[in-house]
Amino acid sequence: MKDPEPLDVSKLDSIRIDPALWRGLTQRRFSRRDLLKYTGYGAGSAGLAAFLAACGVSGTATKHTTPPVSAVEAFWKKQHKTGTLNFANWPDYIDKDDNGNSPTLLKFTQQTGIKVSYHEVIADNEVFLPKVLPALQAGQDTGYDLMVITNGDPLDELLKPGYLIPLDHSYLKTFEQYANPKIKNPPYDPGNQYTVAWQSGLTGIGWNSKKIKRPITTFFDLFDPAFKGKVGFFENLQDYPNAILVAMGLNPQTSTQDEWKKAADMVLEQFNKGQFRHFYNNNYIDALENGDIWITQAWSGDIQIAQLSVADGGDGYPEMRFVIPKEGGLIWTDNMCIPQHAQHPVDAIMMMDFVYQPQVAAEMTDYIQYISPVPAAQQILQGSDPAVANNHEVFPTTDDLAHWFPYKVFKDNAETEAWKTIFGAVTNQ
Amino acid sequence: MSGNDRLGRRAAPYLLTMPGMLWLVAFFLAPLVLMVTLSTQTGNLLDGFRQTWHFGIYPQVIWQYQHQFLRSFEYGGAATIIALVVSYPLAYWIAFHGGRRKTTLLFLLILPFFVSFVIRTLAWQFILADDGIVLGALKRWHLLPSGYHALATSTAVISGLAYNFLPFMALPLYVSLERIDRSVVEAAGDLYASGRDVFLRVILPLSLPGVFAGGLLTFVPATGDYVNADVLGGTRNNMVGNAIQREYLEFFHYPAGAAMSTILMVLLLVGIFAYARALGTRSIQEYV
Repeated sequence: MKDPEPLDVSKLDSIRIDPALWRGLTQRRFSRRDLLKYTGYGAGSAGLAAFLAACGVSGTATKHTTPPVSAVEAFWKKQHKTGTLNFANWPDYIDKDDNGNSPTLLKFTQQTGIKVSYHEVIADNEVFLPKVLPALQAGQDTGYDLMVITNGDPLDELLKPGYLIPLDHSYLKTFEQYANPKIKNPPYDPGNQYTVAWQSGLTGIGWNSKKIKRPITTFFDLFDPAFKGKVGFFENLQDYPNAILVAMGLNPQTSTQDEWKKAADMVLEQFNKGQFRHFYNNNYIDALENGDIWITQAWSGDIQIAQLSVADGGDGYPEMRFVIPKEGGLIWTDNMCIPQHAQHPVDAIMMMDFVYQPQVAAEMTDYIQYISPVPAAQQILQGSDPAVANNHEVFPTTDDLAHWFPYKVFKDNAETEAWKTIFGAVTNQ
Repeated sequence: MSGNDRLGRRAAPYLLTMPGMLWLVAFFLAPLVLMVTLSTQTGNLLDGFRQTWHFGIYPQVIWQYQHQFLRSFEYGGAATIIALVVSYPLAYWIAFHGGRRKTTLLFLLILPFFVSFVIRTLAWQFILADDGIVLGALKRWHLLPSGYHALATSTAVISGLAYNFLPFMALPLYVSLERIDRSVVEAAGDLYASGRDVFLRVILPLSLPGVFAGGLLTFVPATGDYVNADVLGGTRNNMVGNAIQREYLEFFHYPAGAAMSTILMVLLLVGIFAYARALGTRSIQEYV
């Protein structure tokens, strides 16, 4: 068996994405997510009101600089453990027992005496950020000490204006010891100054083996005329554009605007043929389970949960399949971070470090089945749950990583706008 | 003393409307002005937006989103007509034949409102799923071709809109029908009007204020809605609300979103004025 070689973020160029290309990730329970999205419309306008104060919309990209070491030290010297932690995370993104309690959180409380108030409030980056940004802009506490935000655009929304507290690595000994060297020091946050990884995941293709009686291997199976009107595609401007570029044999990072146009035209051609049922956000998984679609772009963990029996905490659709197309897949990372003015930063950073204990990481991975940042978890799971330990989509090998690409990173706003214009025109019909 | 009284009397209307006016200025007028101002700014989220009086954004978004604008009015109009056709007999029956159960019937009418709008729409998504409880069964009995789908069609979106906004139509209709003096109806009968004539020449004209109000209350939110198109529609059913939502929250093109909101508002206002002239307030005053 191959060595565990989880993601090599450092080699994969950079994962930073430009503003405005947000996406949701792990949430599979559509109702809560959609509810939040639609109520988020209101939240968004609240955020807008703050942006609009003083009649011009001030920019947010001014304060991002590396803080001097002494300032970071001085800040952390003043902080003390309080015994309380307000943790904002995504639904279904931590292990849970039958009573709905998380063994990981209970263990954390046992070890540290810190009581965790765990909020599953991030159903979508795009919905969650407008709720905390106004507070951050006003220099106020968001109410959360720890948040889990996806790399790329959403994380940049916090990083660029300097809304995150720089981390004191003397608290992060376990992280230093056990974190996969390849996930440390990611391009979007050099030296883990502000963030450490929570989990990573993949974008590939999900399909229903009851409806499709042949193996799905390539991205272009999504364009098979036999599936006309039964195909799901992501609406967000990270997953669908990057995936089609990868499918064309390109590295999204080095792709040119002409290639973007070609890619968008390919999708447009399929759109005009009526190939797609819908451009989905996060509710594609329900559409897949309901038979509305047979094949769709999908996130790895979603399909794994769909396959599991209800008794095991899944949705009970064993016929669902997930495949990374042979042309390549997309990889992304959700990151823990501490917002400015958090009331309990020491408790938060202790949690950041705690989840890097291999035993803790193993239990969590066994439950949520995303890519763990702790390679040592694989050995532990070899004993307790070999199926998960040997699953390449949970513990990928070097080979796997060779054709998994991060989202395109934009060098400036002009590039961003060109991307949005070219790819947005297809889904915005 | 009496001078004070007169002053008080003169100031009274202003004092009384003050809370409402303040409310309107703070929560309606100010945001409106901000929105219109924002629409002519240029820039991006990171560098900020600056006022440049860039009116070019208006023709640009109209051209770019012409289909969504047209579709919104088409869907909103169709949903309003469906809601009217469905709820008129309903409201009529409750008002004229509801008897002692009127309150219960009205309660049943608004009962769905106790469940979130989004949840109700999502429930339809499940009910109408391709292999769901309805279509799945019909397909198994070979009453429908296996490729048939109800969702992801304009019919689904329009039906969803009509369903969701039905009470907005039914309640004003009920109120106007309920207020009709029964002796007027009886008098029409005494004057040998047929049932059809009684309805067309007495009841219908007298209920026009309800039709007017119900039409407005249904058409305006239905046209601006984006939930039904998102949940029940397919790739070609996006309404202007969906486009505005994406421009604001996904692309962060605040000026474009603001411009589209402004255009939608102006179009609705123009539509409402035309509508009011046709079916308008004067005739309502005449009838009431």
